[in-house]
Amino acid sequence: MSLDFKTGAFNDFFRDETFRGDFTYRNSNPRRFPFPFDRDDYMYSVNMEPHVPGRPGSVFEHIFDVDEHYVAEMKDRAKVLADDPLRCQSLPHMTLAGWDTLELVMEAKARDYPQWFSLTKDGNRWHWINRPLGIEQSFTFLDESTLPYGPFEYIMRQTQGDWTLQDERDGTLWMDAGIATSQADWSVDFDVGMNFHEWHAPVPLAHEKGVFDRALKFLLKLQHGAPVRRFNWTMTVNPLLDTAPETYPKWGPMKATLTPENLGQKQHLRVELQTLYRLPRSNAIAFDIRCYLASFDEIVTVPKWARRLHRVIRDLPEELATYKGFLRNRPAMVEWLAKHDDGAPTSPGWWPDD
Amino acid sequence: MSGGAKLQVRVAEVVEVNELIKRFRFVARDGSELPAFSGGAHTVVEMDDQGTRRLNPYSLMSDPEDRSGYEISVRRDEAGRGGSLFMHRHVAPGMEMVLSNPVNLFALDNRAKKHLMIAGGIGITPFLAQIAQLTHFGGKFELHYSARSKPLGAYMDRLTAAHPDRVHCYFDELGQQIDLKRVLANQPIGTHLYVCGPKGMIAWVLSTAESLGWPKQALHSEEFLAPGTGLPFQVELAASGKTITVGPTQSLLEAMEASGVDAPYLCRGGACGQCETNVHKCDGTILHRDHWLTPEEQASNQKIMPCVSRFEGKTLVIDR
Amino acid sequence: MTTTLIPVGAPSITSRPVYAPLEPRPASQHLIIADGEGAEAVVALFGKANDRSAMLAAAQVLYTPGPNGTDQSAALEALGVAQLFRAPTIPALLPRLARVLSAAHMGTQFYLAGTEGLIGQAEREVMNTGFPHASVQKEHRGSTVRRVQCVHCKGITENVATDPFKCSHCGLNLFVRDHYSRRMAAFQGVNIDAEDPGQVPESVVRFK
Repeated sequence: MSLDFKTGAFNDFFRDETFRGDFTYRNSNPRRFPFPFDRDDYMYSVNMEPHVPGRPGSVFEHIFDVDEHYVAEMKDRAKVLADDPLRCQSLPHMTLAGWDTLELVMEAKARDYPQWFSLTKDGNRWHWINRPLGIEQSFTFLDESTLPYGPFEYIMRQTQGDWTLQDERDGTLWMDAGIATSQADWSVDFDVGMNFHEWHAPVPLAHEKGVFDRALKFLLKLQHGAPVRRFNWTMTVNPLLDTAPETYPKWGPMKATLTPENLGQKQHLRVELQTLYRLPRSNAIAFDIRCYLASFDEIVTVPKWARRLHRVIRDLPEELATYKGFLRNRPAMVEWLAKHDDGAPTSPGWWPDD
Repeated sequence: MSGGAKLQVRVAEVVEVNELIKRFRFVARDGSELPAFSGGAHTVVEMDDQGTRRLNPYSLMSDPEDRSGYEISVRRDEAGRGGSLFMHRHVAPGMEMVLSNPVNLFALDNRAKKHLMIAGGIGITPFLAQIAQLTHFGGKFELHYSARSKPLGAYMDRLTAAHPDRVHCYFDELGQQIDLKRVLANQPIGTHLYVCGPKGMIAWVLSTAESLGWPKQALHSEEFLAPGTGLPFQVELAASGKTITVGPTQSLLEAMEASGVDAPYLCRGGACGQCETNVHKCDGTILHRDHWLTPEEQASNQKIMPCVSRFEGKTLVIDR
Repeated sequence: MTTTLIPVGAPSITSRPVYAPLEPRPASQHLIIADGEGAEAVVALFGKANDRSAMLAAAQVLYTPGPNGTDQSAALEALGVAQLFRAPTIPALLPRLARVLSAAHMGTQFYLAGTEGLIGQAEREVMNTGFPHASVQKEHRGSTVRRVQCVHCKGITENVATDPFKCSHCGLNLFVRDHYSRRMAAFQGVNIDAEDPGQVPESVVRFK
């Protein structure tokens, strides 16, 4: 069933833009970007904090941030899934965790954005309206035969961010469901079914530092009703949401297209706002990896961020620059960024100064 | 905040199930729905026992999809420290109480081809919720449940009525015992086993299964340890700069809380690991009573689980 | 006889399978799956049994020659196990394994010996029953050639010896990433010249 209104009805808020081809993605307000560095250097760490609603107008205002890119991101996701349905997988025992996830997202969005989303319940008979995407759906909660997709895929086609669902067994977490269409270089198809340490195997330095042992210990104690968050980041040439290994031969060559003239416009800092939720019925843990992109041109409009980004990229250990996939372009980035760093001290924390 | 998110509830119903067991039903004070939970989860019930704060974990036994209320069953323990006696003597309908959000340390493995459950006495409670959940989602199970006598076999009637071919009951006073070896030999590959009950029964079931070649990842058990009583002892809390005395019927965790020191916890039964605390100095013997630390860690005396473990000796300094 | 705990030339990584010599464990049935030189590990396994005749009477062996042609089925026949099945190839062995598993009971012990390809694919069949993979014993013997999934086209190339190599399905030049998927029973192959098409480093023999 579909509503009468078209997605265009919300064009005053949701941008009509692309993450491929002509790359028309832009941030109307770069200051809203979740700049991830709270100091002038960076090393991999667990750095978890409670995921509680934060500063109004920021990406932390609500549990799930629905921003101006929502509609365009969901269109891009639909294209990726049409090209390669293996990007969304859920092992058979994860259906219940999928329902938990659907409930989490629908309840939060209907509560925080009543102008766009609505959820009404009559026992297990639920009615969901997603106005920006023009979706109206009546279904029976916990009965997957009443939805056009499994519960996980259904809600993921309406939710920004890549997600994984972790089953807890044998003292570790097993990534037994996941979707990746806006993700930095890991394969759902290959990694699904792996445990926490296996899945992170390719990450350099962090294993030796015990980062994953500590993170796992922390996550196993995660309680329902008390979600947590952390940041991760990498670099992408062009505002490309889908940087999966599957399509690396398509997007890899773009890395070789940077010039000093186009770098500010093409080179993007890619920030992952990672949030984790204990799910009630399945006891699984949902991991939301939400991607934010900002071009270097947009970032340097905030002087503090310009200075800091230069220092972080310049001083990053080589292994990390390699793992994050931008070693070849680092000298060019540092040269470009140096022009925006006057050497002045920066204030602690990630918020802009003014 | 220690113990995580909390639920403000009211006691809706107290039912005497038999001469030893009472069932309590809690509903949200503001009339809202409680969170759904997973079968096998427990909640920590906070009690104000005439000035003594007690927090005891109890398995949730109600249908996890029934969000109108939570139910637990409490077996009266005359020799215990008083938590179960408080529940039996003082908790009445209308009383306001505080519960922790559900935490599951005894979850079903959802990949299992079949779930084999073995319960003894009050150990039946987590299985009631698990069976309700499996019934909703079509999982296969087989339950073997033993009690001292027919009158003490709580919830046997409802279980056998709902699942006549899947539930098998045994009574000690009639000399009945589960033929464990035969039951274990008849399970299809991919079966997982769950046992909850008295300590001796858990040990017997687990060791029998292992001797028959069952892998340990397919064996699941839950036993909440009551903190146990002992001689009073003194502890120095290095981080908060306090020295406290732990009373004979008090746990170290409770003594810290009573002195205003906020210490983390989840299960308060030696199982979850949340309250693990480093030991700075130990001149004496730590009486480790937890399931969390490895035997090597326990022997090293560098860590203690304050929810259940005690101390005998001259000086104990911990990082709290 | 050589026992390789970690395949030659590969640093140990977190997603890589762990191999150890097979040890007899208590069981109502011993289900043993082996290829090539894995037969030597099976013979050694029975050599460690306290009650060899009881173990033989409760043992079923599924065997296939290795990718290098090694066929030691005669040594297995000489053991005198209750049931011995010889398949010409791994794909011919797997349906038989699935059928045996469908009737198996808890109390069965699983022993896998031979190449990583055989171990991985047999482990996957066992895992699909819900049996915990961590309790399946695995001993690597013989060839170290790898099964590699092309992350781009999803085709699996068997018996990969060189790195980089050409995907046998889509033809891309792949390097073998030390990242292993138990669900695929394969390592991951990633295009090596995506950023600079045509610039492919010289192929070296890494797996024999």
